[in-house]
Amino acid sequence: MPETAPNVGLLVTCLVDLFRPSVGFAAVKLLEDAGCRVEAPRAQTCCGQPAYNSGDKRDAKALARNVIDAFADFDYVVVPSGSCAGMVRKHYPALLADDAKYADKARDLAARTHELMAFLVDVRGVEKSDARYEGTVAYHDSCSSLRELGVHDQPRRLLRTVAGLNLVEVPDGEVCCGFGGIFALKYGDISGEIVRKKADAIESTGADTVCAADLGCLLNIAGRLQREGSGIKVRHVAEILAGMTELPPIAEGRR
Amino acid sequence: MSNKTQGGRATILGWIRGSLDRGELSAEQRAAIDSRLANPRRNLIPARAQVDHAAQVELFLEYLGAANGTFTRVAAEADAPKALSEYLSSQNLPQRVAMAPDAWLQGLPWEKGAPLLERRAGPARPEDQVGVTGALAGIAETGTLMLVSGPDSPSTLTMLPETHVVVLRASQIIGAMEDGWDALRKREGQGKMPRTAIFITGPSRTGDIEMHMYLGAHGPRRLHVIFIDES
Amino acid sequence: MQPTSANFIANARDAIADDNLQLAIARVGENFGAKRQQAVDKLPEFDALCGRAVEIKDDVLAHLDYYLEVYERAVTASGGHVHWCATVEEACETVLRLCRSVDAKTVTKGKSMIGEEMEINPYLERHGIEPIETDLGEYIIQLAGEPPSHIIAPAVHKTKEQVTDLFHEHHRKFGKTERLTEGEDLVAEARELLRGKYLAADVGITGANFLIAETGSSIIVTNEGNGDLTQMLPKMHIVLASLEKVVPTLEDAATLLRLLARSASGQEMSSYTTLSTGPRRADDPDGPGEYHVVLLDNGRSELLGGEFQDILRCIRCGACYNHCPVYTSVGGHAYGWVYGGPMGAVLTPALIGLAEARHLPSATPFCGRCEEVCPMQIPLPKMMRHWREQSFQRRLTPGRERLAVALWAWFARRPALYHLGARFAIGWLFRRARGRGHMRKVPFMRGWTLTRDLPAPEGGTFQQQWRRRKRA
Ligand code: SF4
Repeated sequence: MPETAPNVGLLVTCLVDLFRPSVGFAAVKLLEDAGCRVEAPRAQTCCGQPAYNSGDKRDAKALARNVIDAFADFDYVVVPSGSCAGMVRKHYPALLADDAKYADKARDLAARTHELMAFLVDVRGVEKSDARYEGTVAYHDSCSSLRELGVHDQPRRLLRTVAGLNLVEVPDGEVCCGFGGIFALKYGDISGEIVRKKADAIESTGADTVCAADLGCLLNIAGRLQREGSGIKVRHVAEILAGMTELPPIAEGRR
Repeated sequence: MSNKTQGGRATILGWIRGSLDRGELSAEQRAAIDSRLANPRRNLIPARAQVDHAAQVELFLEYLGAANGTFTRVAAEADAPKALSEYLSSQNLPQRVAMAPDAWLQGLPWEKGAPLLERRAGPARPEDQVGVTGALAGIAETGTLMLVSGPDSPSTLTMLPETHVVVLRASQIIGAMEDGWDALRKREGQGKMPRTAIFITGPSRTGDIEMHMYLGAHGPRRLHVIFIDES
Repeated sequence: MQPTSANFIANARDAIADDNLQLAIARVGENFGAKRQQAVDKLPEFDALCGRAVEIKDDVLAHLDYYLEVYERAVTASGGHVHWCATVEEACETVLRLCRSVDAKTVTKGKSMIGEEMEINPYLERHGIEPIETDLGEYIIQLAGEPPSHIIAPAVHKTKEQVTDLFHEHHRKFGKTERLTEGEDLVAEARELLRGKYLAADVGITGANFLIAETGSSIIVTNEGNGDLTQMLPKMHIVLASLEKVVPTLEDAATLLRLLARSASGQEMSSYTTLSTGPRRADDPDGPGEYHVVLLDNGRSELLGGEFQDILRCIRCGACYNHCPVYTSVGGHAYGWVYGGPMGAVLTPALIGLAEARHLPSATPFCGRCEEVCPMQIPLPKMMRHWREQSFQRRLTPGRERLAVALWAWFARRPALYHLGARFAIGWLFRRARGRGHMRKVPFMRGWTLTRDLPAPEGGTFQQQWRRRKRA
């Protein structure tokens, strides 16, 4: 690896850590291919959104400080999730604005932190993927990627370079899938109704695969498609771009 | 009534100042606001309203049509009566109208151009089918008619009859609502307004049944402009 | 209206199961949503106008006391009266007193959300005065005895068949016995019957979209023209308005008007934008003889200077409703009080109390679309979060939820312990799935599994595997 390779800390996110480690490894591969040195510090746990979104500001701050410390020494912090990247970039500085010791550090971390797709394209100038994927693929924008971070074209640009892949758009693509973290548990009826419509919209595209850059959305969409008995495969966009698709799609068993 | 009202004012103003964590505004602050109100400044006006007059005329007619209004374009004032009469026939409406007691409007050559037309001057009555008025201006930006109430311009004429016809001259077309405010201030004086100033963009409509659009909910079902190119 | 916001979860479940309602609210998103976008695309200056509108309202809110004083002076100068009312009780009493002063038997009403807050209709009825809603949507729901379900389309939850039944039932007493099934005919019949009401009414009550400090005018924006007939035909015109409706000048009103109709329904302008200033002048041939403004606070002054001040910029366009995935799934009635959608989720707890309304700001996935489409750039999600924080602090959030979050956070703050616990928990879940890839039922996750499966974990945590890889 060349001397100038930037040190990238991978903020794995709690959902990837627990539910789909492969996404983390796919992200590592994409980052290494883009000339980065990658480490996933063990001191990380979760970015704190569950506490923050429950109104538990004290715990949210504590977890934010934990993340800040865990990623203090990296040139960049990269997150395979729009909502966790948004949490660090947009919410940490506000959350810790009154914290004498951490306010500056929060702003500093926010400036170094990027969502994976945006980092690859905008920061590392990646233009194409060497992967191959036979199929018609719909890309779902997560709300945080789209609205908090303005990520829209980057994943599409890369997906279009995947050999064999035909990219399609989901109608009303800017509408939320209804995940919202604890919202999906606390207000299951509403969340379920929103994802039902999202699943219908995805099915209307005729795609055989749907991907996104947020595991939260993906668990939600996969869970709904599976409940409906739909055959559409669900994957994180990093798995497709890294060509790591040996593992069964999300919510599908080993054949 | 006044005691409680007075108390209400003092109480509410006190709450507002308490929440804003301050006392009354200083004399300078009040003066600044007074001057802002005495010298109203225009905010941003869309570029599409700031075109030359000929373009404004076309824009007005285009947006009037987009809002389901209709128009007949005539060359001269003298042609307006005939145009009204023909419009009424085309809509199977009687040759009977309630007309604003406006000197200019009344002064058009009605007997010559529309000999069969019955005209009554004054506010609308419930049985009137057609109301005819002038307007203060036509706003190009949105195809909107601006009317103000006054002795020669009863406001009921614009709203009570099923058909509202406005006779408008090309010279009355202005770019934006702000030009209308200027015209009004010139007429009434700064800070003063007639009882009613109404901006009409197309006929009355409702979307309240299954979001389907039906014209003529309470106000006029038809809005027709007799547009006179030469003033 | 007795709030039912505390029953939000049950209300929402009923709404989702109601097929008619689902059809109706699907139309809201499709219609208003698409049309708004077209209208915005046609006006390149839209964003810049939003920015200016925010400045205008922020200036008003920072100096609200003085703007209101100036406004009152202008109303008085044009021959009208302002009645300052701190509470809905005071406002109702004021309206009643005014109605009685002209011996009113019937009152026609244009659409007014402040009227809904005041529950002015049942109040007047209790005191022997008949209020008649004239906006077609409001009229329909008045016949049905229901509150509005959308801020600009109050009867959007009603199907045409339901309107047919309502008219058939209630218009019989006016000799209208035919059962009308065509929309045109229904609109025409309502028009005809309400005509008589406008002409007979002693008092006309309208709301106000804006009040203008410069001139003392009130502005209403309608498509039907009902508000105009309501305010021009009776002897007295009463305007119901809340404090924050005031704007400085006519020019400022013009700026806000450019945003209102486009954001609301995608129209360039609504059919009628009407300014009323004082009573009819001595030489006016028509118009009301008296003009009164009932200026209501009802808790708004308390929001100034705090983390909820920005909600007072709201111009009630309803764009946030139309683009909200929650509103377009459950409709307006589920919110249990006058306001719904994201705006209601922020405003309702302030007006009726967080204890009653705590679900509203909690029940959102934070998708951020409301803030994106709000012409007044109100940070609605941020304010919902503030309510959640208050709810947590004041222990209104249920104990088990607080406990769950606290327990999880306790672990998450201790990485070594967390990673160990995570391995066990995920191992348990993995075994439960037995290689099927998904689960239909999982303890403590009923909210999730009611409508969807839970995807099974892949097996082993990332941290576990990463360490293995590093060692290799
Ligand atoms: S909060 Fe914004 S979008 Fe919602 S009604 Fe108010 S102004 Fe419109």
